[in-house]
Amino acid sequence: MLRYALKRLGSLAISLIVASLVIFACIEVIPGDPASFMLGINAQPDTVAALREELGLNASLATRYLSWVTGMLSGDFGTSYTYRSPVAEIIGDRLWISLPLALIALGLTVLIAFPVGILAATKRGSWADMSVMGATQLGIAIPNFWFAMLMVLLFSINLRWFSAGGFPGWENPLAALKALTLPAIALALPQASILARVMRSALLDTLSEDYIRTCRAKGLTQRQALWRHALRNAMIPVLTIIGLQFSFLLAGAIIIENVFYLPGLGRLVFQAISQRDLIMVESVVFLLVFAVIMVNFAVDLAYAWVDPRLRGRS
Amino acid sequence: MTRWIFGTVAATALLTGAAMAKTDVTVGLQLEPPHLDPTSAAAGAIDQVLYSNVFEGLMRFASDGSVINGLAEEWDISEDGKTYTFKLHEGVKFHDGTDLDSADVKFSLDRARAEDSVNAQKALFENIADVEAVDPLTVKVTLTAPQGNFLFNMAWGDAVIVAPESIDDIKVKPIGTGAFKFDDWKQGDSITLVKNSDYWGEPAKLDKATFKFISEPTAAFGAMMAEDVDAFYSYPAPENLAQFEADPRFTVLAGNTEGETILAMNNKQAPFDNKLVRQAVSHAIDRQAIIDGAMFGYGTPIGSHFAPHNPAYIDLTGNSEYDPEKAKALLAEAGMADGFKTTLKLPPPSYARRGGEIIAAQLRAVGIETEISNLEWAQWLEQAFRGKDFGLTIVSHTEPMDIGIYARPDYYFQYDNPDLQKLMADFDVEADGDKRTEMLQQAQTIISEDYVNVYLFQLALTTVVNAKLQGIWPDAPTQAIDLTAVSWAE
Repeated sequence: MLRYALKRLGSLAISLIVASLVIFACIEVIPGDPASFMLGINAQPDTVAALREELGLNASLATRYLSWVTGMLSGDFGTSYTYRSPVAEIIGDRLWISLPLALIALGLTVLIAFPVGILAATKRGSWADMSVMGATQLGIAIPNFWFAMLMVLLFSINLRWFSAGGFPGWENPLAALKALTLPAIALALPQASILARVMRSALLDTLSEDYIRTCRAKGLTQRQALWRHALRNAMIPVLTIIGLQFSFLLAGAIIIENVFYLPGLGRLVFQAISQRDLIMVESVVFLLVFAVIMVNFAVDLAYAWVDPRLRGRS
Repeated sequence: MTRWIFGTVAATALLTGAAMAKTDVTVGLQLEPPHLDPTSAAAGAIDQVLYSNVFEGLMRFASDGSVINGLAEEWDISEDGKTYTFKLHEGVKFHDGTDLDSADVKFSLDRARAEDSVNAQKALFENIADVEAVDPLTVKVTLTAPQGNFLFNMAWGDAVIVAPESIDDIKVKPIGTGAFKFDDWKQGDSITLVKNSDYWGEPAKLDKATFKFISEPTAAFGAMMAEDVDAFYSYPAPENLAQFEADPRFTVLAGNTEGETILAMNNKQAPFDNKLVRQAVSHAIDRQAIIDGAMFGYGTPIGSHFAPHNPAYIDLTGNSEYDPEKAKALLAEAGMADGFKTTLKLPPPSYARRGGEIIAAQLRAVGIETEISNLEWAQWLEQAFRGKDFGLTIVSHTEPMDIGIYARPDYYFQYDNPDLQKLMADFDVEADGDKRTEMLQQAQTIISEDYVNVYLFQLALTTVVNAKLQGIWPDAPTQAIDLTAVSWAE
């Protein structure tokens, strides 16, 4: 298990180095100058030059790449061009919204998908299975932002149970959780639909395996066979999907963050791209890549946990 | 008995409700300020939040666009028009408790005009030769040449007075002299201001003001309808305005801005270097169709680069009336009877994107094919504005009184006319009001008759407000949401 983990860790490090190079190269080639953006259309050329100097934009590409990477290693992500405050601080603030939102949404996804998926698989062909299949099809088909707008119409504008968006800060945890409720539901429903279908088909596959028949022959009830043997074996595809979904929820909540005007990472990166706050974009994207790679690493370890055969394989 | 008790309780509740009138306001805004220093960026959102509320200049803009005194109680202009002596208000304190004195004024003006200044409107200060702090409440500003609009320039948000003590943190902790103090900035979400109880002038009526940043038009609709915000400045979804107008809870304020929206032509690039072609393009455009189609009817047609609400405005729309036949004839006269192909580069605002589609169709009708490209602001600045790589583009020039850009031959539309340059240079040093008006009218006429650009419409400002909220400026004489006189009706 340790060797397996070390191997994974090595490929993780290489992925990160490659990612930092690719991100830096891609973002630096985008046309557009942060200094001219900030000073607008009445500014004089010498003013723009002075600001470029102040922002350190006149240094060579290699120098800027090195200072970015070495800075990150020591936890210093640099200073945002537009906000003029440390990138690490800004990202930290935003992470306190995006991370809880992603976790709540993922929690909801699992809470909905597991029981529903298991129910559909065990009652295959019944009306319960049919309605789960129908409902999940609908859940996947409806775009989450549209669903979010419907919820705002109903719960915020008509019933006035929730405010239409915004985030009051964690000083008041209850209000903060309330503000994340609708966005988390909007994010979770399509993901739960996907996961429930994956759960159902993975479980159906394992339930038809020979070893389940053996279990049944040995005297286990259908239920016991399911809980003790089938479910654990069905977990591999389910874990893969959960890993992908968490990455998606963390990085891909950008539209939902806009609909509910939540100050999360997605909106930050969106804004930073349009303002050419290059250092901010690079750092956020790198952080997201890092998170995705870490999640994959965790999923890899989880595979090894549910499937001992993987530990021996190189 | 029960009914009687219930009635009393309800009446008490009503009474206490009425007695506790609301003293805070939440204003929705589409764009968030990148930072909080109005003297080192062009972002309008910085001024919208802070101008007059937190920061004040020597002079300030009133709601009708006129220039009134701000921190300067009175001023004296020398005979030759080159020396301005400002007398500052007594007892003005910055929000950190320090006194405002002439040294702060000298610091602010010197900083803005310094060699390494990053002031987005550095040109406002270019004419200053020297700033002298005569005594704590007297500042003497000497100009290199007389300048008729110097007081006007000193009212801009880029010319507010800042203190050397607090300048290092100004981008996150702005310290000004205004009726509101900066309280908190939840980045990405909101900025909160609180009443300055030590204010030197008329105190603010509100105790607290929050600016909430909501970029998505549908989210703006939700926030307004759910009454999460009390007003939405420059409401981004004009298609909903009729619904707000019909709802008794809300009022829609339709006002003016300083934004002349133009279809800019590259005057040095063929075929737009030919006046006949520019004239043809001008006659091919139906302004009203663009206002109705792209702006839902909000906007005033203009015939030159000048705001209709300015007293010096003259209506020159007649020079470029919608006449496709004439446009075709002019193109034929220019030797382009078969029309031509050009580029139309559109920045993000909806006036450009929606307007661009309509303009492309109108131009096609007279034989001009346009290749539309949608650009982000940063790209637009790089390609069209700095690179001058465009045939046509649409942009709204939101700075007040900016007809002077036509005297800059290197400006992006590259109009080079020595007569106009001389006129504007004379205008800068003219102090006589009537003569200034006359010169502005001449300038409007010259650029209109030269068909430099197609002057489309004055950008409207539509703000949705809670019907009980009073004192929100309907117009935007500068980028400001001045809340100092805003209050709730009883």
